[in-house]
Amino acid sequence: MGRYALKRVVSALLLALFVSFLSYVLVYAAGDPAVAMAGESGTAADAERMRAAYGFDQPIYAQYLHWVWSALHGNLGHSLYFDQPVSSILLGRLGITMTLGLSAIVFALVLSLPLGIAAARWQASAIDQLVRAVAVGGQAMPSFWLALLLVIWLSVTYPILPTSGSESWRHFVMPTITLGFFAAPALIRLTRSGMIQVLDADYIRTARAMGIPGRRVLFRYALRNAVIPVVSLSASQFGYMLAGSVVVETVFAIHGAGLLASESIKRADLPTIQALVLCFSLIYVVLTAAADLVNAWLDPRMRG
Amino acid sequence: MAQGLKFRAAVVAAILMGGLTAAPAWAGKGDDTLNVAFSQEVTSMDNYQEPSREGLIMMRLIYDCLLEKDMKTGEFKPELAKSYRFVDDKTLEFELRQGVKFHDGSTMTADDVVYTLNLVSSKDYNARYQIAVNWIDRAEKIDDYKVRLIMKKPYPLALEMLAGNLPIYPKAYYEKAGKSGMAVKPVGSGPYKLVELTPGSRFVFERFDGYYADSPKGHAAIKRIVARTIPEANTQYAEVSNGQLDWIWRLSPDAARNLSRRPNLEVKSAEILRFAYISFYPGFGDGKSPLADVRVRRALNYAINRPAIIKAFVGGASQVLNTACHPLQFGCATDVASYSYDPAKAKQLLAEAGYPQGFSVDLLSAGNPSAQVEVIMADLAKVGVKAKLTDQQYAAALTNWRDGKFPMFMINWGSYGIADSSLAVSPFFSGTSDDPIKDPELVKLLKEADTSIDANQRKADFSQALKKIADQAYWVPLWTFSITTAQTKDLDFSLSPDEFARFYEAKWK
Repeated sequence: MGRYALKRVVSALLLALFVSFLSYVLVYAAGDPAVAMAGESGTAADAERMRAAYGFDQPIYAQYLHWVWSALHGNLGHSLYFDQPVSSILLGRLGITMTLGLSAIVFALVLSLPLGIAAARWQASAIDQLVRAVAVGGQAMPSFWLALLLVIWLSVTYPILPTSGSESWRHFVMPTITLGFFAAPALIRLTRSGMIQVLDADYIRTARAMGIPGRRVLFRYALRNAVIPVVSLSASQFGYMLAGSVVVETVFAIHGAGLLASESIKRADLPTIQALVLCFSLIYVVLTAAADLVNAWLDPRMRG
Repeated sequence: MAQGLKFRAAVVAAILMGGLTAAPAWAGKGDDTLNVAFSQEVTSMDNYQEPSREGLIMMRLIYDCLLEKDMKTGEFKPELAKSYRFVDDKTLEFELRQGVKFHDGSTMTADDVVYTLNLVSSKDYNARYQIAVNWIDRAEKIDDYKVRLIMKKPYPLALEMLAGNLPIYPKAYYEKAGKSGMAVKPVGSGPYKLVELTPGSRFVFERFDGYYADSPKGHAAIKRIVARTIPEANTQYAEVSNGQLDWIWRLSPDAARNLSRRPNLEVKSAEILRFAYISFYPGFGDGKSPLADVRVRRALNYAINRPAIIKAFVGGASQVLNTACHPLQFGCATDVASYSYDPAKAKQLLAEAGYPQGFSVDLLSAGNPSAQVEVIMADLAKVGVKAKLTDQQYAAALTNWRDGKFPMFMINWGSYGIADSSLAVSPFFSGTSDDPIKDPELVKLLKEADTSIDANQRKADFSQALKKIADQAYWVPLWTFSITTAQTKDLDFSLSPDEFARFYEAKWK
């Protein structure tokens, strides 16, 4: 078990390193960072000056190694634009994205689990049809469209909620719904199919035959097994929400890590991009490990 | 029944809660706070490091310069200076205003001015826009309130740069805070001070009560300004509609039409110095591309129906452009060869040049709305020229263009908001690395125009150069830009052509 864990950690770290190198190269492929830094009115001479001042004239691998060396010493560098340490910018932004991601995954689970269970319990009924309609709708509707519908409805027609910013919990309501609704369909379908499978299993029939109340069978015996794949999926969905909340953050002007990532790529702010990529890869690694632990807790057979 | 009541109570509670807690953010005139939004993220409050126009607009709230340009008369008025005079072609002397306070309470003296000008023009400082500082040789203190500025060589735009682009920093504070400190906790002597900053997203300014009485910027009428970054245009439209925002800009033509129907909003369009053009690289492919032939370049000029495109896709106060500068700029000659829409003539010229069936060509574009680019490509196709579009991010496109990888480049240019042709035509035709043509005659004329301080000489040089550029059809000048703004009807505020929104001039009606 210990060897297995070590192997996993090492391969995860190698993956994170590889991803960070890839992102370094991709930034260069997307545009010369010196030209990006010189700004929209920058002349060719300005770009050359930036190239020398920020070391963009070094070979890419040398720049990358320099970055790795500093990062290993806990120094993520200075943002080329904010003129602040990347770590301090990141801290605030990640907090906002975490809040959004967490509330969205909670919203998605609160929505999906009951719907999935109900659809499985009353399979092929009107409820099942309705749940399927919700799932298909959530899958088919682009996030930005739902976001704009919510804005028009809850902010313009009935001005109840603020449209942009992240100052209070009220600012997170619409973004949470938008982001959560996008993650829900997969969770609904997985809960439903898992429950159907489990409800057909012999031990459930046995439990029912023993006269255990239906509700207890459903939640105590069936759900526990059906929910295992859902846990793994929510972990990856949560990771996706953290890294993929760009659209939602853009529409609602939530200055989180997603928006920072997309803006930094446009600006070719290498130290910021690198730090974000590193954080996101580490978060993924931690999340998948956490999902495995939760599953082990739910299913003793997986503890081996 | 009971359930219905409960539900209704919940709705009422939600609305009340919404109404109560949201009220402060929604008021504009009511709590004397001007709420504005930009799409572009502002990264630093250090004027000499910030690349975005939006950021530089905020800087003009915080910082004052030695001079200020009166946009109505074009006159340079003393700001932190009380008066100024040219000692000789290369030396300016400033008598400074006494008793001017910085936001930290310190008093401005010659030391601050000399320190700032020497600091930002030094090589190590690495100011982002070198054009604002690279003409300064040094500044010298004569006495506590008298300063001399010595230029490297006579520079016709010295006053333009001193008015707006060279804010004065407090020496003592800057030495302590440095670049990083200034980026988040700026201290200036301008009409507003920054009181709150969330990096990249929210900036709160409060009127500075210690502001000197007879500044040419005047005494600010509005107490607080809150500037936020809202990247999504539709979100901005929603907020300006329901009163959460008081002012937004850069509306698309269809948004302008929709928002002008809202009773609480005023939608205005103002012409600005920015313009769009297509630049040719005649030397592309060792000079063997069709664009090496002047007849082909003229044909492409004739082929594009600019008035129709402006009407349908550009909108506002934009106008057809025929010359390689903005007509509002000093020295911008408009009596040059112009090419009105004439596809028959275009076809004839192409046939004469040996391309009766047209040809294929690569078109590079950056930062242009796709509708505009596509309709231009459709116009070119009508005369047989099949343009293949490569649309890239600004930095990537610029690199490719400078490396000579494309024969045509569609782009726009704002001349740093300065109304002088040397910032429009010279960067692209005076032999710089951004000049793919390097026509020796143009290089000579423009170099003279850029360094002469004789206005008539400059005008004559620009005119001759611009005539040749038009005659040789090195560009397809497309159109001037306009900016459409939407603002609450309570607000009395207009944009000036230099794209610097002067919020310190805003008033409530």
